[in-house]
Amino acid sequence: MHHQDIAVDVVLDIYQRILRIRRFEEAVGLLFRQGQLPGFVHLYIGEEAVAAGVCAALTDEDTIISTHRGHGHVIAKGGDIKRMMAELFGKATGYCKGKGGSMHIADFDIGMLGAIGIVGGGLPIAVGAGLSAWYSNSNRVSVCFFGDGAANEGSFHESLNLASTLALPVIFVCENNQYGEFTPAQNAMNITDIADRAAGYGIPGLVADGADAFEIYRVTAAAVERARAGAGPTLIEAKTHRRGGHAEGEEAFLAGQTYRDEAETAEAQAKDPLLLLHNYVSENKILPANQLETLDSNITQAVAEAVEAARNSPDPALESLFEDLWL
Amino acid sequence: MARKTYVAAIQEALAEEMRRDPRVFLMGEDVRIGVFPSTRGLHAEFGGKRVIDTPISELAVAGAGIGAAVNGLRPIVDLMFGTFLYLAFDQIANQAGAMRFMYGGQTNVPLVLMAQNGAGSSAGHHHSQAVHQFFMNMPQIKVIMPSTPTDGKGLLKSAIRDDNPVLFLHSLSLGGKRSDVPENEYLIPIGEADIKRAGSDVTICTVGPTVYTALGAAKTLSREGIEAEVIDLRSLSPWDKGAVLDSVAKTGRFVAVDESFPSCSAASEWAATVAEAVFSQLKAPVQRVTNKDVPMPFSPALEKAVLPGEADVIAAVHKTMAYS
Repeated sequence: MHHQDIAVDVVLDIYQRILRIRRFEEAVGLLFRQGQLPGFVHLYIGEEAVAAGVCAALTDEDTIISTHRGHGHVIAKGGDIKRMMAELFGKATGYCKGKGGSMHIADFDIGMLGAIGIVGGGLPIAVGAGLSAWYSNSNRVSVCFFGDGAANEGSFHESLNLASTLALPVIFVCENNQYGEFTPAQNAMNITDIADRAAGYGIPGLVADGADAFEIYRVTAAAVERARAGAGPTLIEAKTHRRGGHAEGEEAFLAGQTYRDEAETAEAQAKDPLLLLHNYVSENKILPANQLETLDSNITQAVAEAVEAARNSPDPALESLFEDLWL
Repeated sequence: MARKTYVAAIQEALAEEMRRDPRVFLMGEDVRIGVFPSTRGLHAEFGGKRVIDTPISELAVAGAGIGAAVNGLRPIVDLMFGTFLYLAFDQIANQAGAMRFMYGGQTNVPLVLMAQNGAGSSAGHHHSQAVHQFFMNMPQIKVIMPSTPTDGKGLLKSAIRDDNPVLFLHSLSLGGKRSDVPENEYLIPIGEADIKRAGSDVTICTVGPTVYTALGAAKTLSREGIEAEVIDLRSLSPWDKGAVLDSVAKTGRFVAVDESFPSCSAASEWAATVAEAVFSQLKAPVQRVTNKDVPMPFSPALEKAVLPGEADVIAAVHKTMAYS
């Protein structure tokens, strides 16, 4: 892990994005365990360096598409944690006025074109976002986040091929967190690296360390440059780990059974992206310890305020069911 | 006015809208060559960026249409056969129709999906099913299925200008049909039925190619002294309940003719609506005439037997006339 080629303000920017995701997700996990959140939540803890590294390499005009595990992507793209938290509570003040929920947060104003709850469902839409940039001769790049599970969906293959044949400015970011729900990724495919599949579509496929935000930033920046130059899409496979389960409260589904490999759990702990980056920033004296603490407490405070605001927000009015329909 | 074929009318609608609005483009498998001739010639005029040949990837192409639509373009995605829409189901059912609502009104999806729907060319089960009823069941997908060149042109132009996802279903069996198409620009609003034949004794409600079946049956019935009113819904979602209920209020008899498999057919929805809304004005139970409940066969003799035919419509009307 090194940042020689990355400006200090970018390092700090990435650090803040990771920290904001972590504190938000910790709060969400707690709220879920306390029974305060409806529905399911899929936390991004352990994978933060991917969203942060990727989004730090994008402009505000570039767009992203996300997954059921999407909170981190929204925050990394610059989303408002107050509106996110309110959406998780199903409140009228949420990003989607309580009609979307955890798996369907979007912020079109910042190029966050939506989280998609269907595994693999976002890839074709991201191709369309890239197509619109190509069509309009825009510099915009479209990024699609998806997991290892989505790489086994037909939509993955159709989308990579379509983006490749039209040389569209799309970056496919596969977050391989080692499990599709409870099934190890290695049991669901007969290859080690999903990135190898890129060759089948005539595009570059790269493996990157998902715990190293600098490496993610670097490979994304190169893919962005390639896309803007009209050279077409790239597949980036970020090897990552989720610290928690597939979904919070998954014990209920597991009924006493286990699925995590102990060595993988230990690796996930050792390769915690926040821990690694925190150590790096401290050891390299990029920011003094007291400033790091202030940063953390400011973010923690902002998250607490978001929770409070969400809790005190009104439920959506029933009339809103008949709003946001056909124009 | 000039008499034009259905295919020519669709071609005109596409070309006119592409000339009018640079955000409108067409993509799909072989749209350049034009397997169905309605897209033929557009590539020569508009080029490869606006008439985009794609791989055979219905799911990705439909989804790419959505992605382009939410980014300000107005894509027309040609998926060729209605049955191929099954391959794109996720993008249509989970994404296109829901996005605007699901994201709290932050976006809208001005997308047109085109496909040929239903039987008539003896192509077997995979190329002959009518699929419109599935999409009527999906919230916020508009579905149009015009039966004449005039309606086809006016409705397709409205669909392209619509700010919501619209499924435009045409039929190979209607490709050569001719009608008077106005020279001047015109639009036909989505959701408005057309009474193709006025009558006082029974209301026959239908859509697409079976409009001609119903009209044929009405002609025979007229010779018996039964005057059928034939309503061509033209749009299936939203559909013109008002026109149907007004007609039934007048005739007191209702026959729904629909090229769907019987369970949860479009006809089921129309019949239920009529039975709920104007029960006291009905002189006889509502009747449905649909496909037989079997997969689509290949043999022309068998295919004809599966589809609603004039004799089936006449028999259904006779049933309603038995109550008087």
